[in-house]
Amino acid sequence: MDYLKYLRQDKMPHIWCDGCGHGIVLKSLLRVIDKLGWDKNDIALVSGIGCSSRTPGYVDFNTLHTTHGRALAFATGLKIANPRLHVIVVTGDGDATAIGGNHFIHSARRNIDITTIIYNNYIYGMTGGQVSPTTPTGKKATTTPYGNPDAPFDISLLAAAAGASYVARSTVFHFARMDKYIEQALTKKGFTVVEVLSPCPTSYGRMNKGGSGVDMLLNQKENTVTIEKAAGMSPEELQDKLVVGVFVDKEQPDYQSHYQNVISKALGATK
Amino acid sequence: MTETSLKKPNLRIFMMQGNTACAEGAIAAGCRFFAGYPITPSTEIAEVLAKRLPQVGGNFIQMEDEIASMGAVIGASLAGVKSMTATSGPGFSLKQENIGFAAMAEIPVVIVDVQRGGPSTGLPTHVSQSDVMQARWGTHGDHGIIAFCPSTVRETFDLTVKAFNCAERFRTPVLLMTDEIIGHLSEKVELPDPASLEIIDRWRPTVPPQEYLPYQMTDSDIPPMANFGEGYRYHVTGLAHDETGFPTNDPVKVEQQLLRINRKIDRYRDLIVEVEKFDTDDMEILVIAYGATARSAKKAVSLARESGIKAGLLKLKTLWPFPDKEIEALYKPVKKIIVPELNLGQMAHEIEWAVRREKPVIRINRINGEPITPSEILAAIAG
Repeated sequence: MDYLKYLRQDKMPHIWCDGCGHGIVLKSLLRVIDKLGWDKNDIALVSGIGCSSRTPGYVDFNTLHTTHGRALAFATGLKIANPRLHVIVVTGDGDATAIGGNHFIHSARRNIDITTIIYNNYIYGMTGGQVSPTTPTGKKATTTPYGNPDAPFDISLLAAAAGASYVARSTVFHFARMDKYIEQALTKKGFTVVEVLSPCPTSYGRMNKGGSGVDMLLNQKENTVTIEKAAGMSPEELQDKLVVGVFVDKEQPDYQSHYQNVISKALGATK
Repeated sequence: MTETSLKKPNLRIFMMQGNTACAEGAIAAGCRFFAGYPITPSTEIAEVLAKRLPQVGGNFIQMEDEIASMGAVIGASLAGVKSMTATSGPGFSLKQENIGFAAMAEIPVVIVDVQRGGPSTGLPTHVSQSDVMQARWGTHGDHGIIAFCPSTVRETFDLTVKAFNCAERFRTPVLLMTDEIIGHLSEKVELPDPASLEIIDRWRPTVPPQEYLPYQMTDSDIPPMANFGEGYRYHVTGLAHDETGFPTNDPVKVEQQLLRINRKIDRYRDLIVEVEKFDTDDMEILVIAYGATARSAKKAVSLARESGIKAGLLKLKTLWPFPDKEIEALYKPVKKIIVPELNLGQMAHEIEWAVRREKPVIRINRINGEPITPSEILAAIAG
């Protein structure tokens, strides 16, 4: 396929470091959009702040780079005002689950018809490697020089508990799986989440002996287990394993279907 | 609006509170999206719109917080739907970052602040005018801002319509700085026929999409705005950007855009600024007031006139851009200026600048949640 027709080529080179996984996520998203045959005019790509949130600047859609953590709030207004738009939010672990955590869980609860792709690299990359809500306990960041004293969020379980219609997790290494999940998320009505584990060799890898980008990809290859396989494993066996798969895939009315009932009742009341 | 009035659209006389008039003014202006969060004393605006917006094919949503409400209205406006949020002091503080985004990205939205006592949680059910400087300087960075301030229920309706018109015309966030007294005050009001209102919509691009510059340096200083989903695929960011909308660190381009978003408000100030004068022709004492306090001031001036004192009132219906020219045109003949306000002199300071400290500016200030009475202002006039 022709990726270039979706890219704003004059905005290259992008800001992502050598070995960063974010470009792999972008490529996957473009492959799926191309497969679905969506018109570029009908797509709105919305982001917050951070490395992942620079994605919209590079693609030829309606693109909105908002304030830190607030992409889903802006996207909610956009989707309600123009339901014809395919609204996709691209965000990071810090943007989505620290400063934007409230909007994330409420978007899931509300089941607004938006797909959120979270590039989870366990770190604040753009500001130089600070601890994030998904940094594993004990791991180092510039603000946890003695190891992270906090427990991490499991983003997919958080989204599932908050009520999302579809939740899946993949690594960037398993790109075919990532494509499948992104396609399922984009084509499903309601709030859908794809958490993609993306290596950050520059900040996270460097501080935690992760090696190069290739080393970190190989680590994804070696240590990934599916939800099905993980079900039969002990907590000790699951230590340091990356559990991937579809966590939620359910049918439920989205926010705007519910609001149509509100409009019907309101119009009925005025007659 | 009552069911009866809806069934009889010709009957335009109501007993209505300011917050309801704000909601009705928004609908009359074409607002079809409201996102909000409950906060006293603004909540009635949300409650009325929760009922009314779906009746006119619009959308109401109660968001998870004030920040989300502000983000959602920006998103909705970017899709082409006129949008509003309403709040009070603490919520106004929370919205500031995204108000700055709307100013920077030039997205038309209306933000209502029904002022209550502060700082912090302050006096949720009591009146204040202590957010008027936050309206001007609340968010970081330099940008122009438009803020209106009603002192009657009818003015609340009219200025809400004007707020939308200015937001659309100048591609900017507009603030309606009402207060607890005006928001909760019920009075008889005759509303205009919506068909008689002048409604302004944003200037849309006519060029082919590949030629569209969302932040073009136009003669008017206001670039045309395309709505998302209409074929103009462009980039919107809070980062400093050039005419194309993409981020830049080029100091020439950064300055060009930032000066324009300031200048576009300044140069149209005559279209934005609105004041009202009472008994100012032969006055020797000038009272300058706004919002709820202007009601007491008007009464005080008429009481002064009854006792033979030549007092006059200048009521500010626009707070920002500041009505400096209107004050300059009035102050020369007067002996003193009295500025009552429910804060510690936020606008008095601005007024002292406008009159170049040539006249004594006597401040009457209150921050305990109680209004300033006509007799207090009268005492200052007579004193």
